[in-house]
Amino acid sequence: MTPTPPAGSAERSSAASSASSTTTAAVALRGARVAFGKRVLWEGLDLDVRPGEFLAVLGPNGSGKTTLLRVLLGLQQLDAGEVRIAGGPARRGAGGIGYIPQQKALAEDMPLRGADLVGLGLDGHRFGPGLRGRAERRRKVAAALEAVGATSYARSPVGRLSGGEQQRLRVAQALVGDPRVLLCDEPLLSLDLAHQRTVSRLIDERRRAADTAVVFVTHEINPVLPLVDRVLYLVGGRFRVGTPDEVMTSATLSALYRTDVEVVRVQGRLVVVGAEDQHVHHDALESVT
Amino acid sequence: MSRLFGFEGVGELLGLPFVQNAFLAAALLGLVAGALAPLVVARGMGFAVHGTAELAFTGGAAALLVGISVSVGAVVGAVVAGLVFGVLGLRQRERDSVIGVVLAFGLGLGVLLLALYEGRASNKFGLLTGSIVSVDSSNIAVLVIVTIVVLAILAVVYRPLLFASADPDVAVARGVPTRLLSPLFAVLVALTTALAVPIVGAILVLSVTIIPGAAAARVTSNPLAATLLAIGIAELALLGGTFLSLAPGLPISGYVATIAFLAYLVCRLVGRVRGRVRTA
Repeated sequence: MTPTPPAGSAERSSAASSASSTTTAAVALRGARVAFGKRVLWEGLDLDVRPGEFLAVLGPNGSGKTTLLRVLLGLQQLDAGEVRIAGGPARRGAGGIGYIPQQKALAEDMPLRGADLVGLGLDGHRFGPGLRGRAERRRKVAAALEAVGATSYARSPVGRLSGGEQQRLRVAQALVGDPRVLLCDEPLLSLDLAHQRTVSRLIDERRRAADTAVVFVTHEINPVLPLVDRVLYLVGGRFRVGTPDEVMTSATLSALYRTDVEVVRVQGRLVVVGAEDQHVHHDALESVT
Repeated sequence: MSRLFGFEGVGELLGLPFVQNAFLAAALLGLVAGALAPLVVARGMGFAVHGTAELAFTGGAAALLVGISVSVGAVVGAVVAGLVFGVLGLRQRERDSVIGVVLAFGLGLGVLLLALYEGRASNKFGLLTGSIVSVDSSNIAVLVIVTIVVLAILAVVYRPLLFASADPDVAVARGVPTRLLSPLFAVLVALTTALAVPIVGAILVLSVTIIPGAAAARVTSNPLAATLLAIGIAELALLGGTFLSLAPGLPISGYVATIAFLAYLVCRLVGRVRGRVRTA
């Protein structure tokens, strides 16, 4: 999958020829490599995500899906290569990025209302008392709540809301800053089917309306299959990028997994048989090192 | 009962400078403890606060022995504890055991230091249970400075701190320096704890640093309202406790803890009734 350039070779031609697209892409990786000690998560990763494109990132546990998000968020440095996102180099706290985590119950006595959670997405990372622009802030938060249909519980304690309601607030929280890139880390996990549909619909509406690029890490492609433009499939240091029809085939996945893998379509759903672990064991951003 | 509650000569007492100092100290402590309490609760730091208080006690006991200001000793002890907890124990599970280890050692050391001290017995007792007599004008100066410093820092870091406390994953993703804020908040709590130790005593610091926050969380989830309510409860407990303790001449800690506890019960009740209304 990843031809290693001979030692001392000049700039790879692919990088040079796509230099112009780097400036317009919402996310651009060039020759990206991440390794922990001797274990190489992935290397030689070239990837452009266009504005408005929906990229699903798939792969077994430990294949570096979450690490890719950490790289895009500027929390993890590349060992080699380049990464640009939302018009600048990836760095901690960069603007123009929204982030939706997996649903995790918030403590019931957390002194926070729905609107407060969304507001933190706007300026929670800023220091200072934040006394200026409060009217503007309220307007933006109200609009974001409205967009996800969460206005009715804007004033309810977040800890008392259902998982689905909390996740709607997460979408509003990620979108309130008007991001150019939306990074999603298993946002549908532990939601029931109805809420999975709602949350993916909200994300889809947003990228169509505002041309927001979506990088969607998931272990399960089916809930978002109709929305996916391209797939990045990571397995044991190897990867493949392409449309779902190109990547989600028995031949491609067998080559990636280096074992016989069968991809079967059942009633519009993709079932992957023979790939190692499909269990969910999710690592939080902070704990992955 | 008459030993516990009395108002004889309270009017005269209120005119005395040391009594006025005590009220001033209580008011300052209530302000800063109340402001921090909701965050202490949101971050699940109750045990850390208790551990910090025990280390403030150790610092105070050491200060008594070497003959320097108890406040200074308490501040040093608490800040060291806060930093140790903040740096070593970022993860919840690890944090509790680190606190337990440090707390046990600090308490043991403090008791030893007190046993070696040959001065007035009331000084020893005051560290554990608090005493308004221990508040003199030098303490007031320390209190004023610490209150201003803590509130100023809190005003600057409040939003990222709330973000990191309520929603750590997203806060990290958005670039909030959670690894810096955690020890910083621990130091703010430590400074407040150190102020509280001479007044309410090491054992009962929780009554002003946890109870107001826990009580407020029962009735409101508006962060600003919770903070204001917590400050109100802390002031009520501290000023009320100081006032009630005057005539009987007993340590204020019992009164403070009782008022705070009653406020908590009331808040729980209110929250419960409101909760029923909401679900109905």
